This record gives sequence, C-alpha cells and structure tokens, in this order.
Amino acid sequence: MDYELDGNSFPADEEGYLTDITVWNKELADLIAKDENIEMNDDHWEVVNFLRDYYEEYQIAPAIRVLTKAVKKSLGEDKGNSKYLYELFPYGPAKQACKIAGLPKPTGCI
Amino acid sequence: MAEEFDDEFDGPVKRFLFVNRKAPYGTVYALESLEVVLISAAFDQDVSLVFVDDGVFQIVKDQDTDGINMKNFSRTYRALEGYDVEKLYVEKESLDARGLTEDDLLVDVEILDSQGLSDLMDAQDVVITS
Amino acid sequence: MLHTVNKSPFEKSSVTSCLRLAKNGSGILFLEDAVFAALQGTSVSDVVAGRAKDFQFYVLGPDLAARGLSEKPVIDGVEVIDYEGFVDLVEEHDAVHSWL
Repeated sequence: MDYELDGNSFPADEEGYLTDITVWNKELADLIAKDENIEMNDDHWEVVNFLRDYYEEYQIAPAIRVLTKAVKKSLGEDKGNSKYLYELFPYGPAKQACKIAGLPKPTGCI
Repeated sequence: MAEEFDDEFDGPVKRFLFVNRKAPYGTVYALESLEVVLISAAFDQDVSLVFVDDGVFQIVKDQDTDGINMKNFSRTYRALEGYDVEKLYVEKESLDARGLTEDDLLVDVEILDSQGLSDLMDAQDVVITS
Repeated sequence: MLHTVNKSPFEKSSVTSCLRLAKNGSGILFLEDAVFAALQGTSVSDVVAGRAKDFQFYVLGPDLAARGLSEKPVIDGVEVIDYEGFVDLVEEHDAVHSWL
C-alpha cells in the first residue's frame, strides 16, 4: 500500500509503514495520520517529533513501554503515561505514532 | 502484539543470556541477535548480554558506517538501558587478544575473566549464542 | 597478484592461509572483517608484521571506520586506502584472488 501525495508515490509495506524513512515529510505525516483517522495537533506532533529524535539517536523505534518511560523522562509525568499516549493514538501509540513518524514498526511488536 | 499486555505481562520470566561472538557488518549475526534481545526485553524477560571473541567489536565506540552504506546499529546498544537490559559483560581475554580496553567501548560493561564468564553462563535458563 | 581477504583473523584461517600461500611480492588487501588483521597490538599483529617485507599490505579505510577503528594504529607497512584506491589496485594487478 503506497501513499500518493502531490502526484508522487511513496512506497509503504502492507501495514502502511514507509519503506524508506528518508522520504518522510510533514505533509506525508498528515496524510498517514488521516489514514489512521487522526487529525494531527501539537500534542500529536510532540510525540511524533520525539519518536524521530529517538530513532535518530538509537536507530530503532522503541517498544511502547520504552517509549512511555522515555517520554516521561523528557516531557514529564502528565505525558509519559499510557493513558495520555493512547488518547492521542488510540490504536497503539508506538505503532500508530511510529507509522506517522515514518519509522519502521517498533521492535518487539509482532 | 506487545502493546496490549504491556504493563501486565505476568507469564514466566526466564534468565536469558545472549552470547555475542561475531563482529558487526561482515555478517548479519550481530544485528539479528540484537533484534532478538530487544524483543525478549519487550516481553519483560531477564536478559543479559555477553560479548566474547569478535563479538567485542560490536560495542567499539566511534563506529561510522557512512562509507560502507549500512545502518550504524552500534547506537542501538545504548538504547538497551531503556529496555531495562543493564547486565552487559565482556570477556577480558577477548579484549586483550584484540588490543582493546574498556575505554574503547560505547556502553558500560562488567569485565569478566573466562572463569567468571563460565559461571555466568552456567547460571542461565536459556543461552543463545550467535 | 592481488589477494583480498574479508574474514576475521580471530575467527577464520583465511589470513594465515593467504600469508602462507601467496607469493612474495604480492599485494594483500584486508577488507570487511579482515581489517582487524591490520591493527597493532592484537594477538595476530606479529604474524602479519613479520611478513611486511614480503608483501605490500593494504587495508580498506571505510571498513576500519565502520568498525570504529580509524584512530587505531595500523601495523607498519600497511597502507590505508579508500574505494578508489581499491579500484586502482585491481587495475594495477593482472589477477585478483579473493580468499572467501
């Protein structure tokens, strides 16, 4: 399943994860989010940007437990908890937010 | 999916020891082993890693793979702490044979001699070598 | 003859076999996991250094860098080359023997 944007095609795997993380941009993120029934706001962006920074640093997409802990450490207690993250990304923060961030599926999610 | 029972995994917890014996990049063993480590840790298992023989090269710092067009997965070893994988061991004899010291490594490790490593391996439920 | 070796000298016998069987005067290039054979201070350094008068040794720089070893001293007589240098070597020699 590929994403179409401004006449360009962006290859994705059968679950909708971009196959090339370097092609990602904000417009594409909005499009992927729409596919997931998510209207991106600043709170969504904060998590998505956090994930991209995490990937840049460690070269992996974190599992949910690791994401929650890392968010708590860097953005505080009110954001670093499952409830907050599931409200933003109802079908699984690690999986949905990673998809929107253009990252591979988190390791440890089978 | 790990997500759904994330905070409440109450299955059996086993002591896993991953024994890393191969250098990175030349073969795919190191990267594959690291992925299994991350999956095991996501399922709240008691995970330890040991680096022995050429495996010690996996955690040498300042790796720069731009020139060989491969992913620099050495940085992922630094994420292990976030996965609560904090027991990393290196065999002293393996470092010595390769002219390396603890200062050459990118993560905090405990240095063991062969006897210590032997005892460590003996104390595990599951030992996976690659 | 240019010999290329890509296996770790700590794990396989490719490096020692190459040193035993290559004709004096040959070029020997260490690449991929064989770059470890070019370093000083290892358990195989003396074996390689002892043959520096018989062979022209080369090591591939990008493979050293990938492994975090760019700043480590290489054995005297080993020349660090890049991919262009590799291509030049192949051109200069009439044949290439890859020790897989």
